[in-house]
Amino acid sequence: MSNDIRIKKGLDIKLIGEADKTVEQAIISNYYTIRPEDFHGVIPKLVAKEGTSVKAGDTLFFDKSQESVMFASPVSGKVIEVQRGPKRRIDAIKIEADKSQVYADLAAFDLNSATAESVKAHLLASGCWPFVKQRPYDVIANPNKPPKAIFISGYASAPLAADLDFTLKGKEAELQAAVTALGKLTEGAVHISVGTSSSPLAGLTGVTTHKVSGPHPSGNVGTLINKVNPVNKGEVVWTVNAQDLVIIGELLLTGKFNAERIVALVGSSVEKPRYFKTIIGSEISTLIYDKGVSKGGNDRVISGNVLSGKQIKPDGNLDYYSNVVSVIPEGDDYELFGWNKPVFNKISTSRAMTFSWLSKSKKYDLNTNTNGEHRAFVTTGVYEEVFPLDIYPMQILKACMYKDLDEMEALGMYEVAPEDFALTEFVCVSKQPHQKIIREGLDLMLKEIG
Amino acid sequence: MGLKNNLHKLKLKYKGTKMAPAFNAIHTFLYLPDETTHNGTHIKAADDLKRTMNTVIMAMVPCLLFGMFNAGYQHNLQVGEIQAVTVGFFSPEFWALDNFMIGFWKIIPLVIVSYGVGLGIEFLFAVIKGHEVEEGYLVTGMLVPLIVPVDIPLWMLAVAVVFGVVIGKEVFGGTGMNILNPALTIRAFLFFAYPTWMSGDKVWVEGAVERTNEIAAGANLDAISGETILGTLAQGKAVTHSVADMFLGFIPGSVGETSTLLIVLGGLFLVFAKIGSWRIMLSSCVGAIVMGLIFNGVVSSGWITETSKFYGLMSTEFWHHLLIGGFAFGTVFMATDPVTASQTNKGKWIYGFLIGFLSIMIRVFNPAYPEGVMLAILLMNVFAPTIDHYVVQGNVKKRMKRLKAKVA
Repeated sequence: MSNDIRIKKGLDIKLIGEADKTVEQAIISNYYTIRPEDFHGVIPKLVAKEGTSVKAGDTLFFDKSQESVMFASPVSGKVIEVQRGPKRRIDAIKIEADKSQVYADLAAFDLNSATAESVKAHLLASGCWPFVKQRPYDVIANPNKPPKAIFISGYASAPLAADLDFTLKGKEAELQAAVTALGKLTEGAVHISVGTSSSPLAGLTGVTTHKVSGPHPSGNVGTLINKVNPVNKGEVVWTVNAQDLVIIGELLLTGKFNAERIVALVGSSVEKPRYFKTIIGSEISTLIYDKGVSKGGNDRVISGNVLSGKQIKPDGNLDYYSNVVSVIPEGDDYELFGWNKPVFNKISTSRAMTFSWLSKSKKYDLNTNTNGEHRAFVTTGVYEEVFPLDIYPMQILKACMYKDLDEMEALGMYEVAPEDFALTEFVCVSKQPHQKIIREGLDLMLKEIG
Repeated sequence: MGLKNNLHKLKLKYKGTKMAPAFNAIHTFLYLPDETTHNGTHIKAADDLKRTMNTVIMAMVPCLLFGMFNAGYQHNLQVGEIQAVTVGFFSPEFWALDNFMIGFWKIIPLVIVSYGVGLGIEFLFAVIKGHEVEEGYLVTGMLVPLIVPVDIPLWMLAVAVVFGVVIGKEVFGGTGMNILNPALTIRAFLFFAYPTWMSGDKVWVEGAVERTNEIAAGANLDAISGETILGTLAQGKAVTHSVADMFLGFIPGSVGETSTLLIVLGGLFLVFAKIGSWRIMLSSCVGAIVMGLIFNGVVSSGWITETSKFYGLMSTEFWHHLLIGGFAFGTVFMATDPVTASQTNKGKWIYGFLIGFLSIMIRVFNPAYPEGVMLAILLMNVFAPTIDHYVVQGNVKKRMKRLKAKVA
């Protein structure tokens, strides 16, 4: 059986503002912020109280319901503020960085003699565990439940995604160390998808590589799982973002928790889209105000890609999992007869007086307008065209909305994550919030079934 | 942009009040709203429900215009003012202003009543229930005048629209929630409540009923009788219209259903725009052809004789069934309603096939009213969720099997 995966259903959304293949060292951020909300479902128990000095890699907090999972500080410095919301929920932990970085000495790890238990213990204690996520439920992996396989996507197909072939170049040693360690944690295989055979991930040993092609979401890890080894009831698979393998690998090789990451600054509102070397939690303003975004412009800054990222304020911070910062214009304006006039400057999968089908390679400058109001589900067959998984998208969304757990389970809820429904949400004529519906459905299942 | 700003101020003024949905409906009709995405996808595709519905209406406009010409043409032909068309689709006898004006003054009131009453109810429900006015009725409101006889009294239409919108749609929760096609619910109501106005040979030509009444009152005039081809066939009489007339639409019938040519063009436009389901349209035609062939086979093997009351319709060549009656219109514009049709792609094949199959069967066997498209679609509307259930179960079973294979 060939390991290649080719999908036909999907949609490549081509936008203006792709990053130039140059890397700049971002201005060193003075303050770093870690937001527990980046880790879905985690209830943080603070370790580093306000005023504590921490080294990079020191524990900031752990998860109340899974106490072995530690969350590390990305930098050395002083915890200057713990912002709290209602019911004293921790919203953000703000760290003032030292002028020169000091790393907690976690000692290099001997992979050859390592066992599954020792790898796990090392990743948990060092703060690298949050990079490992699981399906079902799309949350941080439960370390006590071994996965049947581990999946890593080495091909980013989302709109304006950072090119992993470029950002991971030269990191082969770290990547290899990380996948070797992860391989010890599963009885099954470590599956990696790559877009080209020149990918830094293509030459790794001890893994199963799959060459994927086709439109987005061919690079989503959910697509890889569905085509290779879908999750059944009672099973668990783990996923790790390819760029986070580098951090895990460096920790194993050197003993340093180095939260450095190459991030793409993209989008039509960015003057000069390009790559930056920066650190998890750093201030976005260090990226966007030099040849970036014009001050006072009516733009939306997104930590992540335009389909699944989080909206942040211009003085916000890079979140824990993103390697893209997208900036696009806000669309908070009216458009005369926008619902019936011919449309040339927006993307559509239909041809209802919309003409994006005429030029497949044209790049668009889309804004955040919803292009219509929220309605009940009406049209059918539209989602299926952009949804490659062997699941009925509208039926599962409706099951989530009326909270029928049996039906959600039967229709494949264990296999999906919100990001799998990003494209169906994009094309939705009724403007339904698909990713939110799926997230709430997963939360309900997690609560009721566990 | 003074208008834009003034409307925006009004929107803020009405916000939170009872009248907000009514104002917003008119506002969003003029301007695409300034609403932006929240978390989730930050960008959205260009299509919304208004655009989708508008595309369907555009596909029906040729049928409406043709219907206006045809109403006048059938009338003038019957009263002997003009000759039958001779030179194909662009015959000047047909495309005359005289014809158009008769049809225009007859059909525009139908359109106005349909939209006025229907949208009035939609606005009322939106204001009472505090939700936005939904676009479903934009298409229904255009369908209704196209599927009724031209002479239908306006009050009947109004009563039927009230019934169809309230019972057919709003009680289920509005657009997207209904089980039966609202336009067909309206037509079915007319059909069962006022059968004399929906069948027979007096209602299909403008002025026929009036003329009958005048004659009954003692006027010395020739009767106008316009029978649909199905009516003629059901009575076992010979059809006087040529196949070309049937295809091009120069025949009596409901306002918009006669021109198969324009319906096919509308259907192709909808398929091209990816709004209408080609699966339903195609499978429905296949279903009709299969049933038509079965009936043709019954006739050719001599199982029934010419004296049988079904002989006329059964012996109709199978492909003529696609051209006459409301079959083409129903298949293209009504069976494809996404809310009431099957929602899965596999289900659409089954659903469409059965519509075609049952349409011709009911058409032939229904002694009182020789047309079956309306009833076939309504019946399959009811069964669509069942079809979908079994299609989805196929996917569920596959998942169960995968799990079992793992456990074993």
